[in-house]
Amino acid sequence: MSAVYTSTEPTVSTFNTPRYSPQLVEGVESVLIVGSGGLSIGQAGEFDYSGSQAIKALREANKQTILINPNIATNQTSHSLADKIYYLPVTAEYISYIIERERPDAILLTFGGQTGLNCGVALDKMGVLRKYNVKVLGTPIQTLEMTEDRDMFAQALQEINVPIATSFACETVDEALKAAEEVEYPVIVRSAYALGGLGSGFANNPNELKDLASQSLSLSPQILVEKSLRGWKEVEYEVVRDRVGNCITVCNMENFDPLGIHTGDSIVFAPSQTLSDEEYHMLRTAAIKIIRHLGVVGECNVQYALQPNGLDFRVIEVNARLSRSSALASKATGYPLAYTAAKIALGYTLPELPNPVTKTTVANFEPSLDYIVAKIPKWDLSKFQHVNRNIGSAMKSVGEVMAIGRNFEEAYQKALREVDPSLLGFQGSDEFGDKLDEALAVATDRRSLAIGQALIHENYTVDRVHELTNIDKWFLYKCMNIVRMYKELEAVTSKESLTKDLLQKAKKLGFSDKQIAVSINRALSTKLNELDVRSLRKFHGIVPFVKKIDTLAAEFPADTNYLYTTYNATKNDVEFTDKGMLVLGSGVYRIGSSVEFDWCAVNTAKTLRDEGKKTVMINYNPETVSTDFDEVDRLYFEELSYERVMDIYELEQSEGCIISVGGQLPQNIALTLHNTGCNVLGTSPVDIDNAESRHKFSAILDSINVGQPEWSELKSVEEAKKFANAVNYPVLIRPSYVLSGAAMNVINSEHELEEKLTMASDVSPDHPVVMSKFIEGAEEIDIDGVGYKGQLLVHAVSEHVENAGVHSGDATLVLPPQQLNEQVLLALKDITERVSKAFNITGPFNMQVIKHGDDLKVIECNIRASRSFPFVSKVLGRNFIATAVRAFLGGDKVPEPVDLISHRKYDHVATKVPQFSFTRLAGADPFLGVEMSSTGEVASFGKNALESYWTALQSTMHFHVPLPPSGVLFGGDLSKPLLGQVAATLTGLGYHFFVVNEECKQYLEKFIPSEQDVSVIFFPKNDKRKLREVFQEHDIKSVFNLASKRATTIEDADYIMRRNAIDFAIPLFTEPRTSKLFANALKEKIAEKIRVLESTDVAVPSEVRSWEEFLGFKA
Amino acid sequence: MSEATFSIRNGPTFKGISFGAEKAVAGEAVFTTSLVGYPESMSDPSYTGQILVFTQPLIGNYGVPSSEARDQFNLLRFFESPHAHVVGIIVAEYAYEYSHWTAVESLGSWCKREGVAAVTGVDTREVVQYLREQGSSLGRISIQGQKDAEWIDPMGVNLVAKVTTKHPYHVRSAESKYNVALIDCGVKENIVRCLVTRGANVTVFPYDYKIQNVAQQFDGVFISNGPGDPGSCSTTILNLKELLQDERLQDLPIFGICLGHQLLALASGGSTHKLKYGNRAHNIPAMDLTTGQCHITSQNHGYAVDAASLPKDWVPFFINLNDQSNEGMIHAKRPIFSTQFHPEAKGGPTDSAVLFDKYFNELQQFISKKQSDAKLNATSSVALKVEELPTQRVL
Repeated sequence: MSAVYTSTEPTVSTFNTPRYSPQLVEGVESVLIVGSGGLSIGQAGEFDYSGSQAIKALREANKQTILINPNIATNQTSHSLADKIYYLPVTAEYISYIIERERPDAILLTFGGQTGLNCGVALDKMGVLRKYNVKVLGTPIQTLEMTEDRDMFAQALQEINVPIATSFACETVDEALKAAEEVEYPVIVRSAYALGGLGSGFANNPNELKDLASQSLSLSPQILVEKSLRGWKEVEYEVVRDRVGNCITVCNMENFDPLGIHTGDSIVFAPSQTLSDEEYHMLRTAAIKIIRHLGVVGECNVQYALQPNGLDFRVIEVNARLSRSSALASKATGYPLAYTAAKIALGYTLPELPNPVTKTTVANFEPSLDYIVAKIPKWDLSKFQHVNRNIGSAMKSVGEVMAIGRNFEEAYQKALREVDPSLLGFQGSDEFGDKLDEALAVATDRRSLAIGQALIHENYTVDRVHELTNIDKWFLYKCMNIVRMYKELEAVTSKESLTKDLLQKAKKLGFSDKQIAVSINRALSTKLNELDVRSLRKFHGIVPFVKKIDTLAAEFPADTNYLYTTYNATKNDVEFTDKGMLVLGSGVYRIGSSVEFDWCAVNTAKTLRDEGKKTVMINYNPETVSTDFDEVDRLYFEELSYERVMDIYELEQSEGCIISVGGQLPQNIALTLHNTGCNVLGTSPVDIDNAESRHKFSAILDSINVGQPEWSELKSVEEAKKFANAVNYPVLIRPSYVLSGAAMNVINSEHELEEKLTMASDVSPDHPVVMSKFIEGAEEIDIDGVGYKGQLLVHAVSEHVENAGVHSGDATLVLPPQQLNEQVLLALKDITERVSKAFNITGPFNMQVIKHGDDLKVIECNIRASRSFPFVSKVLGRNFIATAVRAFLGGDKVPEPVDLISHRKYDHVATKVPQFSFTRLAGADPFLGVEMSSTGEVASFGKNALESYWTALQSTMHFHVPLPPSGVLFGGDLSKPLLGQVAATLTGLGYHFFVVNEECKQYLEKFIPSEQDVSVIFFPKNDKRKLREVFQEHDIKSVFNLASKRATTIEDADYIMRRNAIDFAIPLFTEPRTSKLFANALKEKIAEKIRVLESTDVAVPSEVRSWEEFLGFKA
Repeated sequence: MSEATFSIRNGPTFKGISFGAEKAVAGEAVFTTSLVGYPESMSDPSYTGQILVFTQPLIGNYGVPSSEARDQFNLLRFFESPHAHVVGIIVAEYAYEYSHWTAVESLGSWCKREGVAAVTGVDTREVVQYLREQGSSLGRISIQGQKDAEWIDPMGVNLVAKVTTKHPYHVRSAESKYNVALIDCGVKENIVRCLVTRGANVTVFPYDYKIQNVAQQFDGVFISNGPGDPGSCSTTILNLKELLQDERLQDLPIFGICLGHQLLALASGGSTHKLKYGNRAHNIPAMDLTTGQCHITSQNHGYAVDAASLPKDWVPFFINLNDQSNEGMIHAKRPIFSTQFHPEAKGGPTDSAVLFDKYFNELQQFISKKQSDAKLNATSSVALKVEELPTQRVL
């Protein structure tokens, strides 16, 4: 391939020199941008943010942008950004089809995470880029390959004398011993595939290693032996290089946790706090040396291990692409890394680009921070069964928060509350009992609570906690400041002795009003609540100050709107004259609340701006587009607590506040905001509350004659049994207080009920259980709507492929509905209209309805935007959020009602499928139930449901269509004909069928003709290594395991089959309706797929059409 | 802990808590946006007479390392001179408890020993915004219960005379390949280290030493950084003028940094001016006008050279991309150049350390030339016995 950059000579002209034109890449009019696909652990919303910035940069340069990304909920997949959008699998195969169709001049590979990068390397290997003469903008492929190949990378660093943490892959104990001699003891042994970290550990000498390695190798075919750098500091640098070699480090970040925890699972502070000038610049200099040597053109991240008591260091990893850390660094500094990287990819040099924040200085500088940033990951491990809670070298968190303060305590406490709003801040938990030392020594998702418990309640010294955790004492000293503040507050014995000074001091240390109230209440006879503390502090004039993030610590004036609040200040940076409309974002990404709500928040702000309103966004999620400072008039990177939202509302003297587009989190504070005088736009929080209270909601549904499943709120196990017997099993329970395991459950028998209610949760008058009749075999339907003063303006009806019982977030959705007749659609509309009227809805709402025969029952209603809003908006070509915002504004802004569902014909169908991250969650049972477990979603269009499902499924990460003659493994519930029906559909396609016992074989033979082979295979339950060999031997490439319930133990054969399908990266189907749909899709599509794959010419399959082509217009 | 205030003359007053020497002080109020390196900055003689405001809000985290520790060249291991030179520091939040393997004491205790007043709890961002708008201002730190200090404008004082070595001294390198004469206007330890580690024996002279009389016995001359107004170093300027005009020394390599750059500019006929509020940071882009490469530089200066005033044969070498001020000059024919920023870093980025390599290339060329040209090799009449000099600065 010819060189992309014609010149690598520095240019003498500068940004401030007039009549100067940069040397840009020539012959590039259209650029294909590779997105990252569905949100999953390790690859989440940050790539929506960085991709969106890249597209903005390309548009500024008047390039035509073509985007491939099946993640329909993202902001980047909007025509306000990209010119052409393909909701297709991000695979080398599908990218080739698009290249064949679109003939782009160039491709951007570094904005789509690891997925984008892998595709780039594959496309290059396949010769596609050369064949179509597609230029790779930014970092060249050879560099990408070098950073991906451990050996090439190690050699490259050796050439410039930068030390690297070497790791040896070993398959025998002898190899391990040899490797250990090489890297020197102590060593760490890690095994790639072992369940729950089994087989990982430290060895100080050959004897220990011998034991450890032989144990590990029995579980896994390969182990990694590395030098143990236990207790070393972990530090990261974000580096930028342009085509002529100008380099900057935009940010460095220091992990709170020492080395050993994946950076995505680490608590991080920026800038580094415990590094001296010598250490800081030693690592900075090395980072620049590395990026120059590798020849990165754009952005790159370098991770280091740094000796805690000397100047030794190791490079752990280099990512030659935009990453989670670069998104964080962008938000932490205000420096738009992705935007700059995209400009550099076009050929600009750093001195030619203006600093987008100040606009008067250049992009070739390094941000100076006059604040401190804390990042804390969000784990959602309690949503899974059998999952290992230890955190280590494999990332498990599903999201992260960032908090900004002027001291450690302020930033850290904000971040802790952001990640879990039920926390007061830095606090303890009595859950550890006498295992506190272990909870400190072994990192889990709960460790910050263990540190709180130790320092606040158990009188541990900083030295002791440091000994157990290896966390640098500086951080722990700072935590002690919080501990001492707690003690001071607890010593307050009367409201009067809560003095101004004390309040001020607590606020400066990041204490929330609620935290202060709870602390002083210990000794107070008349208890104070959050609002009492709020009014007391306001009486004393203690309110937060607003500061700007301006990239250079106020050295130059900067007209930036990127803001945070702090009590460690005496002056506001801004004036409050806008009276802008507050939009509350979604907060941290977690299971059930993710990029969909960011799309909603961004579109809310956009519509408000279109309508001439000033906008103020509040959000604290660094992975989002809503926190990109050019999306709104003012951005507060702040907590979404009542306290902070009201602070900002009052400071800004806002016109109103929008709480219904950010998911459940902002909704939770709606009523308090309303009650304390905040103008909440849209449906009254009183009506929202009515829909959230089971009793009120149910009574209202009864009054408008809308059906619902029988339900009751029960305060004892006896009552629960009585109710269950009355309505007949199965029943659905939702305990209000959960001790362990999943919260919601379908219960099939009295025995199960007893077990759940006595073992897993506490049932008492204080902790009632809501129980409802579970209707088996019913269909589930999702309705999204927008109302205006109770009138329905627009609605969408999506049907679930799975039967009711699978959480709607894990369900496969089809839109427009294919199985519902006109009469049902009209009945659904009627229900929707009645609900809209009953709750006097203005704005967005969502309902789940179940259909059993002709019977329609509403099972849930949320008066807010839902997860499916972007999906329905994009599939129907009508922005539901824009409609909702116009409804908020009222008057002549309100659009005419329109029916997009009944009596409408569409030439396309879209299917949304869940993206799971079970691979990352060692041990978790990949079984779908009433608790949501997917981390993201993807959607594709097609001419019919089969085609769109086929494409959407391939769009999920690591999904490989099983090609005949591979093996199919069957298992699960044999009492129903479902598994047999799936097998029957697959018969004759050339697959080999396998089962693990005779019983299953006999069962299947009842459904399939005798020509189809079925063999029983050896199924070793306890020997993973052996099991893998069995899978390989029979070339098993797909697994259908239709179990009727979750496994109770990890010995369960079905669980082992499911779990290993995940661990061996084999497509797994556990639900009957989707299994059948997939079997049908295979039957219809497999011949075409094989033909296309075997064809020497590029034959573009029919699903490869752009969004605009499917819709027939540009939505 | 006493209450303390930081006041700006004709400007606002900020309340805080004293954590250093309980001593009322006055000086010029300046700010730095550096993120690390407070021991280096505070012991940099260029900050003499100044009250330094840190924008990085958390200071003292890694304590203060030993001021006794010395390296193999008998240079201070962690400090840029044996003592603190700022009169006071202003921080947003002082870390009362520190943690670092090199730390021997807290920042507060070092400040107390060194007589540096220190105030924590100040909205330093507000201070910076004021200084940025008002320009360079006088400041003072008052301690509760103590008499206020009189306002002092250190720019009216010859600060260099205070910080320069009182007597020449000699630092020997391992290889002894080159011999460099360094004019000490307040030299940072790391400048000497950058020369010594590259193989030069460095003889350090007081700022007003008649360098022109000894230059002939060296392979190059170096002019150091230092505090204050370059105009107050008239003796040095005069000496440099003579040095530059010496017909025999037309091939002598000369390198100047910071104040050294300004003095070289004045000696060759250029002019300098005081900046509105100076450049003190570790993140300033300086573009090499000869290559187009941009370096991120460490800076600490209140004065700048007027690029337009540079006489014939001198061309601007570097330019500041933020405010377009001059960052260096280079002679069109002779091996002489100088930079406003600090290639030696400490603290700050090391991007421009290559300039020392450039200087050493020139030293090497000069040596080769001397070997082939006996005339150049003639030793001067007043040969100095450098081996007999002290081995560290004479206070």
